[in-house]
Amino acid sequence: MNPSQKLFALIICVLVFIFTIELVRRRRLREEYSVLWLLTSLVMFVLVIRYDWLELLTNMIGARIVTTTLFIGAILFLMLIAVQFTIKLSQLSRQVKNLVQENALLRSEIEDVKSGRLRGRNETGPIMAEEKH
Amino acid sequence: MSKILILIPAYNEARQLPKVLRGAQDALPGADLVVVDDGSSDETGAVALSLGAGLVTHGSNMGYGVAIQTGYKYALARNYDFLVQIDGDGQHDPDSIRELLDPLRSDEADFVIGSRFLAGGNYRPPLARRIGMQVFRRLVSWIVGTSLTDTTSGFQAFNRDVIRFFVGDVFPCDYPDADVLIILHRAGFRIAERPVRMFPNAEGKSMHSGFKPLYYIFKMFLSIGVTLLRSPELHRREKP
Repeated sequence: MNPSQKLFALIICVLVFIFTIELVRRRRLREEYSVLWLLTSLVMFVLVIRYDWLELLTNMIGARIVTTTLFIGAILFLMLIAVQFTIKLSQLSRQVKNLVQENALLRSEIEDVKSGRLRGRNETGPIMAEEKH
Repeated sequence: MSKILILIPAYNEARQLPKVLRGAQDALPGADLVVVDDGSSDETGAVALSLGAGLVTHGSNMGYGVAIQTGYKYALARNYDFLVQIDGDGQHDPDSIRELLDPLRSDEADFVIGSRFLAGGNYRPPLARRIGMQVFRRLVSWIVGTSLTDTTSGFQAFNRDVIRFFVGDVFPCDYPDADVLIILHRAGFRIAERPVRMFPNAEGKSMHSGFKPLYYIFKMFLSIGVTLLRSPELHRREKP
């Protein structure tokens, strides 16, 4: 890696790091989502500084050139981000489902109270208490 | 006397619902009825109320699994002893409800599934569906250790313990089907099967259209596999 390539890579790593921190500072990105971005920029920074480690890693995975290792790293990073998002989506779907159900049940109870049909049930309303979120 | 709830999940079933509700009322006059309107755009909710049923309305269409789980939460909150689940499209014959309840009342089973094939039912699904049903029937029967003839039936009845179990996260809301039986078995519930009558869908609608059968097969195998990989203790812990 010649000095200009090294400088360019370092600038990119620093910019990604600063940009991520800035997003968290402005509360446009939550801390939990910033971890992977910060970690990746740090790993890239270290690998640029310690180029021999990058070459060692390239040899270990059986690649011929270091750019292959970097591309594999980038793809792995994107995959991890996608997995993190789908886990979060599943969690959000479950929360939305529970909210829709609770809203529907509460609305039904209100309608029953209004029409005087409510009878013979737990006073504490165990719906939420029974549920595991 | 036992408190019984008849749960009818419905999505745009205003035309079929009166027949289903009247049939259920005639079959079991002492039972309460609740319709879970899964975000219908027609008069489903108004029809349910006009015929004296309880009504729970989803703000948006969440799918069959979520609708029935809302019904379970309703039943649990109102202390019902038994719940009978019957589809709102008129396919399930309400006259069969009593037969489903018998094993629960005599405490022979915790969960009873209505089979359209027991006692020589005349239901003949299309070939592809028949093959799929056979595969899951054999697989589930083998895992559960009891011969079951209709593992995909939505015509079911169960007791309060199962209701309490189903309101938890263990219930597969995205496509509850044959996998539910395996989950129940792993949790230690007693499963029984009784013959019921089913009619062809009057509106010709099906939950299994387009690519849904493919997703169904994938989801069932995945769900059954994952359920088997989980420790039975995990399910027993969820059991009330």
